[in-house]
Amino acid sequence: MNSLKVIVCIKQVPDPQQLSKITIDPVSKTIRREDVPAVINPLDKHALEEGLRIRDEYGGRVIVLSMCPPHAEVACREALAMGADEAILLCDRAFAGADTLSTSYSLSLAIKRIRGFNMILCGNETVDGSTGQVPPQLADFLNIPHVTRARKIEFTNDGMVRVERSIEYGYMVVEATLPAVIAVTKEINVPRIPTVSGILDAHQREVKIWTAKDIEAEEERTGLAGSPTQVADIFSPEIGRKGEMLRGKPEEVAKLLVQRLHELGVI
Amino acid sequence: MDFSFTPEQEMLRKAVREFAEKEIAPKLDEMDETGKVPMDLVKRMSELGFGGVLIAKEYGGTGAGHVARTIILEEIGRVSAAMANTLQIHHLGESPIIYFGTDEQKKKWLPSMAKGKKIGALALTEPVGGSDVLGIQTVAKKEGDAYVVSGRKCFITNSHISDVCGVIAKTGEKELTCFVVEKGMPGFAPGREENKFGLRGCNTGEVVLENCKVPAENMIGKPGDGLRVALSCISNVGRPGVTASALGIVRRCLEEAVKYANKRTLYGKPIADIQAIQWLVTDIYMDYEISRWMTYYAAWLRDQGARCDTENSLAKLWVTRGAVRCAERLIDIFGAYGVLNEYIPQRLLRDAWPLVSAAGTSEIMRLVMVREVLRKFA
Repeated sequence: MNSLKVIVCIKQVPDPQQLSKITIDPVSKTIRREDVPAVINPLDKHALEEGLRIRDEYGGRVIVLSMCPPHAEVACREALAMGADEAILLCDRAFAGADTLSTSYSLSLAIKRIRGFNMILCGNETVDGSTGQVPPQLADFLNIPHVTRARKIEFTNDGMVRVERSIEYGYMVVEATLPAVIAVTKEINVPRIPTVSGILDAHQREVKIWTAKDIEAEEERTGLAGSPTQVADIFSPEIGRKGEMLRGKPEEVAKLLVQRLHELGVI
Repeated sequence: MDFSFTPEQEMLRKAVREFAEKEIAPKLDEMDETGKVPMDLVKRMSELGFGGVLIAKEYGGTGAGHVARTIILEEIGRVSAAMANTLQIHHLGESPIIYFGTDEQKKKWLPSMAKGKKIGALALTEPVGGSDVLGIQTVAKKEGDAYVVSGRKCFITNSHISDVCGVIAKTGEKELTCFVVEKGMPGFAPGREENKFGLRGCNTGEVVLENCKVPAENMIGKPGDGLRVALSCISNVGRPGVTASALGIVRRCLEEAVKYANKRTLYGKPIADIQAIQWLVTDIYMDYEISRWMTYYAAWLRDQGARCDTENSLAKLWVTRGAVRCAERLIDIFGAYGVLNEYIPQRLLRDAWPLVSAAGTSEIMRLVMVREVLRKFA
């Protein structure tokens, strides 16, 4: 396998280790992110590490792509600090309010502009939306195969990609032609920690900012206008426990208990 | 005045914290039990570039500077003051070469020290005392193109793991000289290793020189420069390093105090609602904020190239004593749990105490400050 151009899609999300600080705006039904530090979505970090591993082994370039508000430049720089060769931030008011379909549309246009890619890596899902929809949608827009829940990626002698895909009680092995979209799980690797020189170097380099115009996005397909799904409500469900009182003498209650457990299929 | 950290510094803090929490934390119990230095972590710190922050790029480092160094040491110290002190002494071992070495000496040693292939130390203190620098008894006699060095140094951090050791020796009456002595040189070996009640996992011990022949080219500066080299490096690298390690302890005390106070309930409510506990938490907070400002101010001054011996001494005295104070308050907050080995407060106190006299006692710090104070405010 020769030198590869790998695009890694990353998103900035609220730090999952500080989720207890998140509050929900009751009017807009959105997560209030101001008081919670933002980080690279954990699974996207695994995707980035995999891209770097592939580049380090086979040669090539890793380009990080993100569609986020301006503060996500920090995430792009962190990706550069980890070793990415280039970082592009899709940033435009036109992208605001995008659901997964609209996001995938915009990302696909940016990827088409980058051109010549061999592989697109993503985290399998984000910790905030947790839909897992962007990787398959992206693949569809780009008309290329996709594999989700990847825990291991290898290349075959004939230029295909061989992926171990996690399933409930094990894994399945899938082969796909390249280019392909591969969405990874945390089992795939341990993301590297940026070095001091990587961090200093990352802040000397450019994070390219692309707008909706740069990627020639159609207005009616971007942002809120291009989102067929809308968030109707966000709430924390109340988790209660079902309770049933059994009364009587101990021997009677014991019989009743066994009977109820049998009826419920527990025994 | 802009007191904020730069984006690079914030990212550095985050990276170091991640390293400390994911890679150092799992080894703490073993370090505390055995007292042994986890050499894989020492190597790892250098892989991440922590060992080369004071070394210029042309000699293999990053030249990131003293504020960056302080961030690294604080974040590591927050998890393990033992590892922070090990790293900061490595920097101290580099410092005579960085600040007083020739270009050839820098090229010879600094690239491998930046990468952690060689670990540094500085050997000054002797059984006669560390505060009485001129009283040291290690001698270096010139013989041909070398110096034969004999003596015994004690309480040297990294004594048993260092590869490159700056040794201060007498080359004449009241004339001190600094030599770089390398591991493997005949007549140079570690001696007794100390068994400390705190900073376990950070090696402290003796370094013994018996007719150790050191090439003259290993002299830092010229004969008689040793006192200036030693005091400058200890003041500008050693003391700030101890301070930053202690600052990590203070920070950790604050975090643990808040966490415990919010979690522990008495009289049907969290103890954070009890005024007595609130005062203890606030006192730790005050110590942290004052310590933080003083520590980073001194580091900033150094990065500006300003003379800051007074500030370094002030910070070192305040923060190390503050670490002990805050650990004691934390034990008060935890009650009986605070003295159990399974809970962190006791380790924080055990790690804080050895830092109080490291790189100079509190009394020596006052001595350094008083000279400047009497001059400046006359």
